[in-house]
Amino acid sequence: MTTDTMMLEDLARKEYKYGWSTEIESDTVPPGLNEEVIRLISDKKEEPRWLLEWRLKAYRHWLTMEEPKWQNVHYPPIDFQAVSYYSAPKQKGERPKSMDEVDPKLLETYEKLGIPLKEREVLAGVVAVDAVFDSVSVGTTFKETLAEKGIVFCSFSEAVKEHPDLVKKYLGSVVPYTDNFYATLNSAVFSDGSFCYIPKGVKCPMELSTYFRINEASTGQFERTLLVADEGASVSYLEGCTAPMRDTNQLHAAVVEIVALDNAQVKYSTVQNWFPGDEEGKGGIYNFVTKRGKCAGKNSKISWTQVETGSAITWKYPSCILLGDNSVGEFYSVAMTNNYQQADTGTKMIHIGKNTKSTIVSKGISAGKSQNTYRGLVKIGKNATGSRNYSQCDSMLIGDKCGAHTFPYLEVNNTTSQVEHEASTSKIGEDQIFYCNQRGIETEDAVSMIVNGFCKEVFRELPMEFAVEAQKLLDVSLEGSVG
Amino acid sequence: MAIIEIKNLHANVEGNEILKGIDLTVNAGETHAIMGPNGSGKSTLASVLAGREEYEITEGQILYNGKDLLEMDPDVRACEGIFLAFQYPVEIPGVNNSYFLRTAVNAIRKHHGEDEIDPGEFLSLREKMKLVHMDDRFLSRSINEGFSGGEKKRNEIFQMLVLDPTLAVLDETDSGLDIDALKIVAEGVNEFRRDPSKAAIVVTHYQRLLNYIVPDFVHVLVDGKIVQSGGKELALELESKGYGWIEREPASVSA
Ligand SMILES: Nc1ncnc2c1ncn2[C@@H]1O[C@H](COP(=O)(O)OP(=O)(O)OP(=O)(O)O)[C@@H](O)[C@H]1O
Ligand SMILES: [Mg+2]
Repeated sequence: MTTDTMMLEDLARKEYKYGWSTEIESDTVPPGLNEEVIRLISDKKEEPRWLLEWRLKAYRHWLTMEEPKWQNVHYPPIDFQAVSYYSAPKQKGERPKSMDEVDPKLLETYEKLGIPLKEREVLAGVVAVDAVFDSVSVGTTFKETLAEKGIVFCSFSEAVKEHPDLVKKYLGSVVPYTDNFYATLNSAVFSDGSFCYIPKGVKCPMELSTYFRINEASTGQFERTLLVADEGASVSYLEGCTAPMRDTNQLHAAVVEIVALDNAQVKYSTVQNWFPGDEEGKGGIYNFVTKRGKCAGKNSKISWTQVETGSAITWKYPSCILLGDNSVGEFYSVAMTNNYQQADTGTKMIHIGKNTKSTIVSKGISAGKSQNTYRGLVKIGKNATGSRNYSQCDSMLIGDKCGAHTFPYLEVNNTTSQVEHEASTSKIGEDQIFYCNQRGIETEDAVSMIVNGFCKEVFRELPMEFAVEAQKLLDVSLEGSVG
Repeated sequence: MAIIEIKNLHANVEGNEILKGIDLTVNAGETHAIMGPNGSGKSTLASVLAGREEYEITEGQILYNGKDLLEMDPDVRACEGIFLAFQYPVEIPGVNNSYFLRTAVNAIRKHHGEDEIDPGEFLSLREKMKLVHMDDRFLSRSINEGFSGGEKKRNEIFQMLVLDPTLAVLDETDSGLDIDALKIVAEGVNEFRRDPSKAAIVVTHYQRLLNYIVPDFVHVLVDGKIVQSGGKELALELESKGYGWIEREPASVSA
């Protein structure tokens, strides 16, 4: 083995920058799951009856389900009774009405994470943020500015109170409570999350974002995001996540539902940087997430872009149901794994409407002893005539103890549709690194440059300031994989 | 003043000895051509100078500006002024040429304790691509990706002009070039050589290149050893007689 390979193999030793935790008093329910706990959560959130009923239906259904085992990841059984299903920072007095009233400790936390909760311009543009801390949303910025356009952007709990009809109409309409083991669990116990509604014909004037932070030690995080773009509306939505370093595994089982009506466009970008565990594979987040969008209307478009660098285990498939004629689904993904991380991620593109189009670009990078799997389904229904899919799945290996796997599933049920699939697996080239070295560039910088080049088609899809962040993240996760 | 002194250099790859005792000194202001049959070890010598890890040095020494070159990592060698124009330039998808060059320029400047290059200054450096008749649009393309053979070679010379090394090692920069491109590339190299503090080692199979880049010395490498050295006439002699006669005649070292 050459020195380069050895260097590559230990490239990833920089510390997880978000590993600290906030000392804050919290209201955490004891571990355990039963109907009482669900009633308690619903009660704490002062929810209407119908929502409690929905949760209970989900819970009862969950009891009949088995944990899925088909994914290409390995972990010891999760004891669902050892997880705490609700934790919120203790509030002194009334729920804060504006950002000024939010506990300064929380504001400090987000400041330290680089998330501005003060309403001000950041970098290239204005971003409105909904900050979720453990189980609850601690505040949403730019609410008034958005309200002027009729845009609703608030925590899920608030939406249940203020816009019950919208929530009732769309909750579970894309990911039903019976969907899958983790989505069903989420439906029973979800605590908070973000809600967004863009009315007819409105183009959202700023990026919207949710920033998730897990703080408590033994809590699971089960948030739920619901995003509805009415006819002709458009929005770009960002999601970021971090968690403290802890040596036990924590469960994160979220659900994201998107609905796009006629001519609406939604772009959903994620930079996922949950704590990945340490170099020996101890600790880290289990990120088992269901994300799905429904292009319900004609000419609608939903585009997923994800940069996944964190979590001990990532298991998610942001998908599109292309129901409306001429609707478009896109999935751009970078999944980077290092040390003992495991990722099984990809997408499902379900073509139902005529002339629907989907594009899949997936870049997997594996380093250390990690395993990285792309799994994707393209299904073109009988009536989805004239539909097209293009998929490209590239894997890059750094070192020779990691693995890359690709499972593309294709189902085409009519003769007028076209699907195209390209895949490649390459080892990061020692010639490429040497070429950079020979021009004066150190190996670590060379690897980062080569990997960034490899991911370019995906980064191009990210909003500007996020793209910069994503590149930095990749550098951090790569560190130590070269000497 | 000697820029590089190679003394009794032996190098192995995968257990096979490829270089079997090379002695070569290149002084400032000199250009040395290295010729020799396929597989004789020319690229190996170039790679060893640049610091490729696959090659194991089993014996000998290389001094670069009086310092032990073999102690330096490849990137340090580059920062210290050794440039290798690759026989087969490498493609790096998604990384654009201009970004790559600026990163290289800044790495070298950092090594010398200098500040990053300012954008204006970098723009003027980029002008050097005119010297090798390259179009601006190559700057925004990925490094060497989809470049023709000749374009790759010109890009190497362009990088050399921008990075401004002390010692340039050109490995078959003429192969795959048409007549016009050959002249253009030679002009680029001559521009570099004009400075008497620089030196060049030019690996080639063809005397033709040496009409344009006139060497001070020509060495013939056969089976890992320099078997003959001479002035520029030696290249002409090789052209007419091939390598066979050298292998039969005893080496006469005149350099
Ligand atoms: N990485 C390697 N692994 C195995 N053998 C190698 C390696 N590099 C070089 N060699 C062998 O070393 C010998 C010299 O190769 P080298 O590339 O230096 O020749 P060259 O003189 O540059 O030839 P050419 O004129 O064809 O470019 C060849 O027999 C080659 O196969
Ligand atoms: Mg060669």
